[in-house]
Amino acid sequence: MKYRSVFDIIGPVMIGPSSSHTAGAARIGRVARSLFGREPKWANISLYGSFAKTYKGHGTDVAIVGGLLDFDTDDVRIINAIDIANERGIKLRFIEEDAITDHPNTARVIIGDDKGELELVGISIGGGKIEVTELNGFELKLSGNHPAILVVHNDRFGAIANVSNVLAKYEINIGHMEVARKEAGKLALMTIEVDQNIEDKILHELEQLPNILKVTKIVD
Amino acid sequence: MFRNVAELVELAISKNKKISEIMIEQEMDVTGRSREEVMAFMDRNLKVMEEAVERGIKGVKSHSGLTGGDAVLLQKYIEKGNFLSGKTVLDAVSKAVATNEVNAAMGTICATPTAGSAGVVPGTLFAVREKLNPTREEMVAFLFTAGAFGFVVANNASISGAAGGCQAEVGSASGMAAAAIVEMAGGSPEQCAEAMAITLKNMLGLVCDPVAGLVEVPCVKRNAMGAANAMVAADMALAGITSRIPCDEVIDAMYKIGLTMPTALKETAQGGLAATPTGRELEAKIFGIPRV
Repeated sequence: MKYRSVFDIIGPVMIGPSSSHTAGAARIGRVARSLFGREPKWANISLYGSFAKTYKGHGTDVAIVGGLLDFDTDDVRIINAIDIANERGIKLRFIEEDAITDHPNTARVIIGDDKGELELVGISIGGGKIEVTELNGFELKLSGNHPAILVVHNDRFGAIANVSNVLAKYEINIGHMEVARKEAGKLALMTIEVDQNIEDKILHELEQLPNILKVTKIVD
Repeated sequence: MFRNVAELVELAISKNKKISEIMIEQEMDVTGRSREEVMAFMDRNLKVMEEAVERGIKGVKSHSGLTGGDAVLLQKYIEKGNFLSGKTVLDAVSKAVATNEVNAAMGTICATPTAGSAGVVPGTLFAVREKLNPTREEMVAFLFTAGAFGFVVANNASISGAAGGCQAEVGSASGMAAAAIVEMAGGSPEQCAEAMAITLKNMLGLVCDPVAGLVEVPCVKRNAMGAANAMVAADMALAGITSRIPCDEVIDAMYKIGLTMPTALKETAQGGLAATPTGRELEAKIFGIPRV
């Protein structure tokens, strides 16, 4: 089941006008920002399908940028997000793509600064709910049914064991887990779905572990 | 966890509880949150809805200038007393319009189930309040009942206009509202499901064709009719009228219609009202250049 909580249906509280094209778009931007870990210096945002056709009317562009600035769906600053980004010297580029994607509301967000970059593909499936389908070239298969975290880490022995030990300490049960890497010994990604909600202090503790680069909660 | 309307109704009957109560218990179970937390969170959503209605019936205007002020016109008309349909129905319509006018003006709203369809549930709730004088807790329960039916639609069909057309948004919202009205008025769980079925049947096939891609024309007026549809269907269900097609099959039909609906009519602003001469003209005026 894609939707677990009644608050996916009655909610979110948000700035209009569209839950999928505004609130969902803001959430896609915010997940990218959260995974990047800091404010980017530039962003290339590709929009597909209905996103590409109607983004101006729905404020999809403004909302994604609002998310990149770490604004939540009900933050009124979303309305002026592009101006705020310009003031902060963030270079923005929007690309209307013609390619047909699996889901009509798809955005590919590439953000970066002089220290690094991040590429994320998100889909907005309705009512403000989103799924992340791709991160830095890693395909993600998240059901969206359970709370989930993404752990970007160095591909070294013990990294996975350390993360699962911390979760075990807090009595958090892992329901599904995937580990992917592009090259042995380089960057890798753990996608972990759990049965209990993960508090922020646990995320911080995970981030302190050796070889763990970034931890982000993507499904509440 | 209930997967469809039949299971939801069955659960409510076997436990001798209201639909809203089944939804509250499931939410506590799934999220591990306490009853107080779950109720408080919904109360916050109710407050946002109330503020949007209040703001809208005072009058707002969207940036494009396409929508705003209709909720005020209708409230003034109701006050004169010469209306033809009914006070509660028109009040629901006015308050649904108010919410969507606020949404179109990039104001703060609560998506129910989406922003484009955010007017129907609060519109009917705040109109029915005048008639039934519910407690605050009963108003919160209204939202859980609406949420329970929306939950089934979202998981078995869709609540996205881009995926299923307006039937998936205002259609779902209207069905959710009808079911919640029935519960608040003292109807049975079965009658809630009948109201949902009757409502959604009359929204099947509704396309999503926003002029200039804006959530304004025809979205605001579709919320108006979604609210009216919900009110009438709720009365029909309370009168004992049933749907020949069971609620779950209506939801499934909605899903399949959405799949076969052309992309031009699914929130791409390429067909329907968006592609009319006036629709195109408005688009050109707002964005400077017409889109191909």
